Amino acid sequence: MTASAVGSTAFPLSQPLWKGSEVTDTETAVDGNDRNAQNEVTQVTGTARVKRGMAEMLKGGVIMDVVTPEQAKIAEDAGAVAVMALERVPADIRAQGGVARMSDPDLIDGIIEAVSIPVMAKARIGHFVEAQVLQALGVDYIDESEVLTPADYANHIDKWQFTVPFVCGATNLGEALRRITEGAAMIRSKGEAGTGDVSNATTHMRKIRAEIRRLQSMAEDELYVAAKEMQAPYELVREVAREGKLPVVLFTAGGIATPADAAMMMQLGAEGVFVGSGIFKSGDPAKRAEAIVKATTFYDDPDVIAKVSRGLGEAMVGINVDEIPEPHRLAERGW
Amino acid sequence: MSLAQPVVGVLALQGDVREHLMALAEVDVLARPVRRPEELAEVHGLVLPGGESTTMSRLLETFELLEPLRARLAEGMPAYGSCAGMVLLASKALDGRPDQHQLEAIDMVVRRNAFGRQVDSFEADLDFAGLPDGPLRAVFIRAPWVESVGGAVEVLARVPDHPAAGAAAGRIVAVRQGHVLATAFHPELTGDGRVHRLFVETVRAA
Repeated sequence: MTASAVGSTAFPLSQPLWKGSEVTDTETAVDGNDRNAQNEVTQVTGTARVKRGMAEMLKGGVIMDVVTPEQAKIAEDAGAVAVMALERVPADIRAQGGVARMSDPDLIDGIIEAVSIPVMAKARIGHFVEAQVLQALGVDYIDESEVLTPADYANHIDKWQFTVPFVCGATNLGEALRRITEGAAMIRSKGEAGTGDVSNATTHMRKIRAEIRRLQSMAEDELYVAAKEMQAPYELVREVAREGKLPVVLFTAGGIATPADAAMMMQLGAEGVFVGSGIFKSGDPAKRAEAIVKATTFYDDPDVIAKVSRGLGEAMVGINVDEIPEPHRLAERGW
Repeated sequence: MSLAQPVVGVLALQGDVREHLMALAEVDVLARPVRRPEELAEVHGLVLPGGESTTMSRLLETFELLEPLRARLAEGMPAYGSCAGMVLLASKALDGRPDQHQLEAIDMVVRRNAFGRQVDSFEADLDFAGLPDGPLRAVFIRAPWVESVGGAVEVLARVPDHPAAGAAAGRIVAVRQGHVLATAFHPELTGDGRVHRLFVETVRAA
């Protein structure tokens, strides 16, 4: 993406910050919001702290895909911390095929009107104008998502150019750090969306956590090569090695269909859960949604998980990831 | 009663629990998460973290914490709520869900998401009554503000009264009533431990 493509004045220019929680005042006061720039008041929007902090508030919670205001209400009633406004859930995108794009603004407006919790929406990978539109609509978070058809097979969106924060998918630590370098304020595992098969999400969560542990065990001077191999900036790699965690919140996504799926991802180190097709493609969405919320809070208490898993009706039918030909796998999108 | 090292809980149903636990650990208390009634019974004070107040309200009821928490607050247990925690502690919340539970520990009316959506979330320096060492950097994330307070409520901070702040100018964003403290913003995100220290002093003195 060239600088002129995004325009120089439409979006405040934020500076990449590697140190989420250690950000100093001078570093954060770089936002170019007009309201602040012209006077002494240090009231700034769109800082890394404000964007990453928003994700911190979602921790321990469940974010649910919804396609209508009614579904958004059901999700909020069940205790969702946010909803993802979509035209089609991943299972339907997979079944119907074709190019999947950003949702109709009317649909997003309708969902924003219907609930008081945050509303997220998806833009295609690299489609910075869809992202500009979503920001203009007032969505609270943008998911630059492999579930939609990529708009750019080389570049992701330059997310520093936006006031609204972004979440991006990752299958491993290097991919997560590249997205953070581009300005992602939250990371989620990719999993294999729309399948109800949790195995890929498990692989991605284990991979990311294992790579973090590996960095922690390395000598300082080995981190340079680790950064090279991971294709991620050295400063970020060093920070992860020191802190033992990503500098942003890590959620899980892709194939989560039961309370036990959600709890397993939490035990594997996810800080929260996205559920896509798993709720509204099941027999009793309201009950299943509530059960997944409870299992996410008490992820380490098998008695609670057993209790909430009873009588949920049919889970989504599902597809085994192995049966999907590789070119049709969504997790392979993004790099 | 004066406690050398009090036990302070963080309500851990959802939200930025970890950040509050870390902030409390810095000010020399035993900090622990609280998800069950028996865990609530063991703490000398409780932090209600940032997060989604609708979700926490629902889980408080489901996991049978609502009435025990109300009872402890009525007995005078010190509490501190940031953002969603402030909404829960208020006697009334506007722009919330009609079925949302209020703990009614502070006589005030709050408005949820009062500053706008996430794109309007911001940071600013505030003068905070009673805090040493100058202004406090405050991070507001889809934050509430206080519309009105009762006579027993002490106002600790407001949004600076400047034309650039628009409708937010002069709004109340930090309050205290007895042993219960609330802020619309998130001191747990800045590494500035002064608000947590203020709360822990309250717990020690209670």
